[in-house]
Formats: sequence, C-alpha cells, structure tokens
Amino acid sequence: MFSIKEELNNNIISKLTIRFGNGILFHELSYDTLCITIDKNIIFDCIDYLYKEETLKYRFLTTLCGIHYLDSEKSIGVIYHLHSLTNNHRIRIKSFTEIENPVFPSITTIFNAANWMERETYDFFGIIFENHPNLKRILNADDINYFPMRKEYPIEDTTRDDKNDNMFGRS
Amino acid sequence: MENTEKTGDGGYLTGKLDHLVGLARKNSIWPLPLATKCCGIEFMATMGAHYDFARFGSEKLSFSPRQCDVLMVMGTISKKMAPVVKEIYVQMSEPRWVIAVGACASSGGIFDSYSVLQGIDKIIPVDVYIPGCPPRPEQIIDGLMKAQELIGNEHLRRRHSKEYQELLKKYGIE
Repeated sequence: MFSIKEELNNNIISKLTIRFGNGILFHELSYDTLCITIDKNIIFDCIDYLYKEETLKYRFLTTLCGIHYLDSEKSIGVIYHLHSLTNNHRIRIKSFTEIENPVFPSITTIFNAANWMERETYDFFGIIFENHPNLKRILNADDINYFPMRKEYPIEDTTRDDKNDNMFGRS
Repeated sequence: MENTEKTGDGGYLTGKLDHLVGLARKNSIWPLPLATKCCGIEFMATMGAHYDFARFGSEKLSFSPRQCDVLMVMGTISKKMAPVVKEIYVQMSEPRWVIAVGACASSGGIFDSYSVLQGIDKIIPVDVYIPGCPPRPEQIIDGLMKAQELIGNEHLRRRHSKEYQELLKKYGIE
C-alpha cells in the first residue's frame, strides 16, 4: 500500500522516464524528498515539462543554487527545488557539468523568480546561464575578480598579512 | 553697598588660541553614527539616559555628514559597503575625526572572509580604535574621551600641514 506521496514520487519518475528516457540519470529518496539527477542538456525541457504537465504543475521555484564538489568528474552543478502547490509536493532536481565549461540554460522564461537566483549562482560559482536577460554580479562587489564559493579559492580574505598560520595550528 | 568681592574686577588670563579652540571643539563634538551591526546596539545604550553620552558635549547626533565632527563606524563593513563609508568621510567637512568602534570596524574581527573589509583603516584614516566584540558602553565612552584628548590638543594648523595632506593622499582622498 503506497501513501499519496509515494504514489506521486513513482508517478513523476515514470512520467519523466517515458518522456526523457536516458536523460534521467539517477533518482533517490533522501530526507523524505524525491531527488532526481538529470542530464544538463535536457534540464530546460524537463523543468518546462514539470511546469506544464496538468497533473504535476510544479509552478513554484522554491530555490535555485550552485554547488561545487572537488572530487567528482562533473564537479560543478545547479540544484533546483520545485514545489507543486496543487499537490503540496516538493522535488529536488540536480544537474552537473564539467568546471571547464560551466554553462547551463537559464530558466527565467519559465520562472521569473529564477532571475536573481541565477545571478547569485553566477556571482558565487561562475556558472553561466545562457539566455539570461541580465547576468551580472548581484551580492559581491563588482570589482571582485573570482568566484568565492568555488573550492579552489580560499575562504579567508587574501589581503591580510598579519596572520601567522602557526598561531592557528596550521603550518 | 560695597560689592567688590562679587564683581572680581581687574582679573585676566593669558593662553593660546589653540587651547581655547581646542576646548570649544572637544566639548561640542557632533558624532555621526554609522551603525551596521551589534556595536550599534551598544551605542544606543551609550546614548541612553543611563550612560548618557550627552555629558561629554555630544548631545546632538547628526545623520548629516556635512555637519559632523566625528565619524563613528560601528560594525562590520563589507567590501561592497566600503565606497559608501569613504563617500561619507569625504563629505564631512574639516576638521574631522574617525572612531572605529568594535573589533570588526578596527580589524575585520572574526569575519576573515572574502567579502569583509579587514578594518576601515584600509579606506579612511582612523584616530581612535575601540576594542571589544561588542565594546561595553564604558569602553565607547572611554574611546570618546581619548578622541576628546586628541581634539583638544590638536594644533590649529595641523589640517594644513604637509603630513596631513600626504596622509589623505595615501588613502586617495583629495
């Protein structure tokens, strides 16, 4: 006997698999929320489908953010949280790509709310959203010349010269 | 009726104009509070009836830079905020002084981060640093009294001196 939520989860997976086939790379239930990893090339179509499909109606973008895993091959990614208000159901969608070419399609044509979130993701991770109407820095100072949330950059301020690493147990 | 004792005729004092001007300046400081964080809350307590900042002649807090004498920067200044702080300092008229209140304004404090300015002395000259995270009202009053000492003893020609011009030039302020 499935609960309503489990039924919805299975329904989404089967619908997406029928439509997109191999594009759906991986799915799991983590922290009680369905989490789907999707190929970068179909991310726009997939979110568009989830938005328009009459029984699903994922029409609220809860959040959108970037992530950087140093140890995996496709290290840089974008995570979308979608909410269906009619079903009261949330899903997470992840998509990864190589750091050498961090380009994702912009979903601002589907969700206007994605505009500033994509700008923030660009600001901190340097992910370029194609067809974004105004892709420039939003939170950091305009003259900053790197993407501070990427793992290869130090989190500390680099202009300080009065900090001796020995004092902090580092050498 | 004989009244000579009360009028006290014939007395005079000699002194330098510097001292007189210094005395007047140091006892009528108008602070400009730039409160961005928790040190600002401590400053509010300092301004309140219990600690009563007004005792030192700082009755009038002004939020207009052109009419202020002392800029009090209280709280973390992010790198994006830095040009704003500098602009406020530039808009103040001479003579002007700066007090950095709290660890963040003095050195960046615990926020050793890509987005936080590591002390406001990176962008504007600072006269008095007040340590503490946040400093107690007594410390803020102590800091103001240190500033009063500086202001009272300042030479009248200091702002025209070559050293002062060079100091400002170092910070890119004309």
